[in-house]
Amino acid sequence: MSAAETTPQRIAGRGAAPQRSLWHVILVRPETMTLVLLVLAVILASQLSPFFLDISYILRSFTLSAEFAIVALVLTMVIIAGEIDLSPAANMALSTCLFAWAQASGVPMPIAIAIGLVAGLAMGALNAFMVIGLQLPSIIVTIGTLTLYRGLAQIIAGDKSIRMPEWFIGIDKVLVFGVPATVAIFVVVSLVLGLILAGTIFGRQIYQIGTNEVAARYAGIRTRRIKLILFLLMGLAAAIAGMLTASRLGSVRYDLGLGGELQMVLMAMLGGTYIFGGRGTILGTFLAAWLLVVVSTGMTVANLLPAIQLTVLGVLLIVAIIATNLIYSRAQR
Amino acid sequence: MKKADAVPFVSARGISKSFAGIEVLRDVDLDLAKGEIHALLGENGAGKSTFAKILAGIHLPTRGTLSLDGRTIEVSSPVAAQKLGITLIHQEPISFPDLSVAENLVLGRSEDGWFSRVPWAEMTIEAQRSMDLLGVHIDVARPMRGLSIADQQMVEIARALASDSRLIIMDEPTAPLTPREVETLFGIARRLRDEGRTIVFISHRLEEVRALCDRVTIFRDGDKVATDTIGNLSDVDIIRLMIGRPLKEYIHKHSAEIGEVALEVQGLTLPGVFHDISFSVRRGEIVGLGGLVGAGRTDVARAIFGVVPATGGVVKVDGKAVHIDEPEEAIALGIALVPEDRAAAGIFRTLPVEQNITAAVPDRIAPTGVIRRAIERSLAQDSVAKLRIRLASLNQPIGELSGGNQQKAILARWLLVDPSILILDEPTRGIDIGVKAEFYDMIGELASQGKAILLISSEMPELLALCDRVLVMAEGRLTAEIARSEASQERIMSAAVPRVEAAA
Ligand SMILES: Nc1ncnc2c1ncn2[C@@H]1O[C@H](COP(=O)(O)OP(=O)(O)OP(=O)(O)O)[C@@H](O)[C@H]1O
Ligand SMILES: [Mg+2]
Repeated sequence: MSAAETTPQRIAGRGAAPQRSLWHVILVRPETMTLVLLVLAVILASQLSPFFLDISYILRSFTLSAEFAIVALVLTMVIIAGEIDLSPAANMALSTCLFAWAQASGVPMPIAIAIGLVAGLAMGALNAFMVIGLQLPSIIVTIGTLTLYRGLAQIIAGDKSIRMPEWFIGIDKVLVFGVPATVAIFVVVSLVLGLILAGTIFGRQIYQIGTNEVAARYAGIRTRRIKLILFLLMGLAAAIAGMLTASRLGSVRYDLGLGGELQMVLMAMLGGTYIFGGRGTILGTFLAAWLLVVVSTGMTVANLLPAIQLTVLGVLLIVAIIATNLIYSRAQR
Repeated sequence: MKKADAVPFVSARGISKSFAGIEVLRDVDLDLAKGEIHALLGENGAGKSTFAKILAGIHLPTRGTLSLDGRTIEVSSPVAAQKLGITLIHQEPISFPDLSVAENLVLGRSEDGWFSRVPWAEMTIEAQRSMDLLGVHIDVARPMRGLSIADQQMVEIARALASDSRLIIMDEPTAPLTPREVETLFGIARRLRDEGRTIVFISHRLEEVRALCDRVTIFRDGDKVATDTIGNLSDVDIIRLMIGRPLKEYIHKHSAEIGEVALEVQGLTLPGVFHDISFSVRRGEIVGLGGLVGAGRTDVARAIFGVVPATGGVVKVDGKAVHIDEPEEAIALGIALVPEDRAAAGIFRTLPVEQNITAAVPDRIAPTGVIRRAIERSLAQDSVAKLRIRLASLNQPIGELSGGNQQKAILARWLLVDPSILILDEPTRGIDIGVKAEFYDMIGELASQGKAILLISSEMPELLALCDRVLVMAEGRLTAEIARSEASQERIMSAAVPRVEAAA
């Protein structure tokens, strides 16, 4: 559509100069920052250990975070819509405990899985009800349910770990075209959600709601329905992620995925998702997930104490938030 | 009125400004004298606000210098401007919605340290005093959220006036105001001028500029094309300088065939806001809704559109009683509302112009749910051409457009919806003279296509020129219904002014 491209120029009149150059557009995107960091991290890590130049080593390391990464993709959409969900890691634990408990008490596997998924959805629905129905801020609501879901998981599972049947264990060892299954799932989900967010009306309206919810409502966008869908998706993704984790670990305890919300938020933020909503991409979170894996594995290889590793992650989170803020508010003065 | 003497108070030399390589101001030279009211005129996007923002330290000029009292100054930030005694009243009131009116009024003025006590009591009293001075009745303890756009503007004005500045720049302060408030504002502006302060006044209403200003400067496409004493220029001169061609003649009287009743409301009530509102709008008819700011006109529009539904009364669309709880339902019934407050309820500031224009027609740009870029582009393109929206690219964030061009984009959004009932709430706020004429034509055209139009406007000439009937509201009630043949400025005003009960 060459005619289509030239018309705005003409309309802009003689005051208008050429559109901003391509490099300008690319450089001010936060995903570019993520990609640069990723390349730097790989170079640095390969200095530490030549393993990092071996793709299968990175893939195997990725299986340890793949479940969180899958949820982080959905979380990205929730944050773009102007909300947040901090409960998915606890949701993973509770839905998986229910699933494992049902399964251990003799319920057939398909039904047990259904129980886990429904539980995840129900937890998402509860969040949605409080955020959309009662108009409470999602950060407070999901801090509450994060505690609640984790507590319930502990009540159900106690301190014991529930063993998974042999055949259920080891999905992370299954290779699909040479890629561990959980990583493959992550890649596929990234593609699907990326296309939805960038190419469909549903995705478009997520950005519009996150940018200005009042204006979105005036424009006839079903803001509440879209948010409900997002919270439900979140619950579903958490339940699935929980079961993938169970398969990887071979057993389920109440502390499954403990602290996972930090990693999920970190992935979204490092990927350039704007904490106040309206901006961000799946591509960013996708890159950030790899970045985070390389950084954490690198730190483990370098024998850093867990406490130091946590500190580094915290610093990364803060730097990511500041950097995206700066990039987005690059005020033209 | 002093003439510019040897050393002007403010002088700008060769001011230029580019955004991402696009030059929007070119070598502007301008002198402002002490004690003058100086108007800036120009089409939407001509560069008035940009120039104002440079004076106020919000934008840095790409080239050029500013001097104050003959000394070169560096206005590097709004705080620096404040220190130099320069205040800008923004075109879009910006405030902190959760803080009280009083807090918003004194915001950023505190000279004390971080930990000093906040003098709430004095603050409230002082705030109330400055609101009284403006003749506005707003409880200063209430939060900003929910104030009408006009009241927000008055708070913004009060804030600037309270700051004791030597140069006050008012960027379209009168756009949301009704004649009475405009008069109050003008009275204050004249008093400030007589105290020797300088005022820069931006407006698209020539009659206001004539009533208030001493000199005018006209911008066109980023160039300063003229500065002169207002008396030396006729309206025709000004328009020619502004748009570079004579104004397109427009037909006031449209000749639409009036058809069936399309929209009817009966006894619409929202306690404390409006009461017992009944009227109807027929196909092909343009019904005006006049009144003072705060009369409840916007609330009625919002109630019909389902933003804040009424608690009592009936809304009928095409004769059928309907229940509208959400805008999406209103849109499905063929109703569109162009909201008054475009910053809060209209634009998606950081999203591309294109996406802003097509936001209300998802089914047209994505029949299957997947967005068809080519369709979207061509819809947006047509709108841009039709309304002559001035932009650099359809991908530009809409927040980068000038105020009037943002308004046009929002209008474009609702015209794409092709509604059968169109509610326009102050649709021409901030739109320049040239486009206004075309816009009036367009409304007439829509009416002759059989659309029912409800036009809420504080601009008398607009109501008088366009409407078949004018309804007037005062204090939440309908006080008059005036046929076109009998409509006059005086009749509308007398119905708009609240009647003070003798007993009360
Ligand atoms: N931050 C920005 N980034 C890019 N372009 C901008 C920015 N701010 C303004 N512009 C452009 O500069 C031009 C002048 O805008 P300006 O706001 O000064 O117009 P204006 O004369 O105030 O118009 P209006 O009457 O509509 O308020 C416009 O074409 C606008 O798109
Ligand atoms: Mg402007």
